[in-house]
Amino acid sequence: MRDRVYRTDAVIIRRSDFGEADRLLTIITPFGKRRVVAKGARKTSSRLAGHIELFTYTTLLLAVGRSLDIVTQSAVRRGHDILRLDLERISAAYYIAELVDRLTEEGAEDRQLFEVLIETLHALDRGSAVDLVLRWYELQVLDRIGYRPQLQECAVCEELLTEDAADFSPAAGGVVCSRCARSAAGVLAMRLPAFKLLRYLQVQPIGVLEQLTISSETRGEAERLMRAYVRTVLERDLKSVAFLEEVRTQP
Amino acid sequence: MAGSPDTILIAPVARLIEEFSRLPGVGPKTASRLTFFLLRAPDDRAQALSEALAALKQHVRFCSRCFFIAEGELCTICSNPARDQRMICVVEEPLDVVAIERTAIYKGLYHVLHGRIAPLEGMNREDIYFDELIDRVRADPVEEVILATNPNLEGEATAFHMQRSLVPLGVRVTRLARGLPTGGDLEWADPGTLGSALEGRREL
Repeated sequence: MRDRVYRTDAVIIRRSDFGEADRLLTIITPFGKRRVVAKGARKTSSRLAGHIELFTYTTLLLAVGRSLDIVTQSAVRRGHDILRLDLERISAAYYIAELVDRLTEEGAEDRQLFEVLIETLHALDRGSAVDLVLRWYELQVLDRIGYRPQLQECAVCEELLTEDAADFSPAAGGVVCSRCARSAAGVLAMRLPAFKLLRYLQVQPIGVLEQLTISSETRGEAERLMRAYVRTVLERDLKSVAFLEEVRTQP
Repeated sequence: MAGSPDTILIAPVARLIEEFSRLPGVGPKTASRLTFFLLRAPDDRAQALSEALAALKQHVRFCSRCFFIAEGELCTICSNPARDQRMICVVEEPLDVVAIERTAIYKGLYHVLHGRIAPLEGMNREDIYFDELIDRVRADPVEEVILATNPNLEGEATAFHMQRSLVPLGVRVTRLARGLPTGGDLEWADPGTLGSALEGRREL
């Protein structure tokens, strides 16, 4: 039998109004995505409200409810308060939240995905370059969900890729060799620095971002490639991308 | 599971329950209770309600200047010459105007956005009265804009966005202070609020 009350770490990725003064939260936990209710959280007097802000990393105490579980306590582990002071970082956090929301189903346990999410938000809060944080995150999340883009072997013939590879095919699932590029669908041109950057981010921990110096041209190219790939995987555009574009500050 | 009213309910009753349950915060149970209350109540009560509803849509519109509720072209605040024309307080919803008016401290004008920027809910800059505010500040002799959007992430993001567009216009942009609610316990305050309260502390 399940306990009536249980404790879990969680990141709040979505929040909407529910009933008269409640909030419906979508959270990512090590046990997967859940939807839970925070009673009375829209009142200024709520003791809970400040502890369940969007993008907060928190420890929640939840009571098992009839359909949705109910948040009874929340102790903030990381509030990501610096991120909240910067519109561009906020827009990136929206993108991070929307991507994981779209890519996961409720209740699928994935501790590593949870760690990826926490590390990403932490890096965004620490002040790492926003676009590189997003590239790292995209690569890691897609990997966890089973859509790891092929960057080592050709996505079509599985032959080991060399530095001559200059074609990225979202539909084929990653980089394709020059021979396969002729027949692969929707091939995008890719230059070597962008190829190297994506390969590097796919296998490195997020901490390396702070030591990277990459031209804005290469970063822009990596962004275009990953955005095309994410769109192919999701078969749609993310709503937060428009906002991300709108508030972008020039580096 | 509570679903649509059972077919045992005759059409006029089912219809009213249906209409009530479209209202925010009203579920099927509350909707049924309200309907049966009106069924038993004296005739004039239901009559008064229906007249009030009809008048709401016929006579009320949004103020052409600040988008607060109004009976004519302008709302009572915008048409009051005693209000300080140099200040605009920007809020998310009409009810926020009511809340600020209740303090009786603020004497300036308002601007109601009718929402906030929340990309995941499909609310962007063009879905709220954002650009109308910018136009207003450009055209009118405004000296200060107080950003009074809600103190949560969406409200903050909306405020930052407005700040970016307003500062180049040479107007003073301020944000409501954040701090501890009256009657609260420090022990229960979240770090964000407590931090702002410390930063914004005042000489006693």
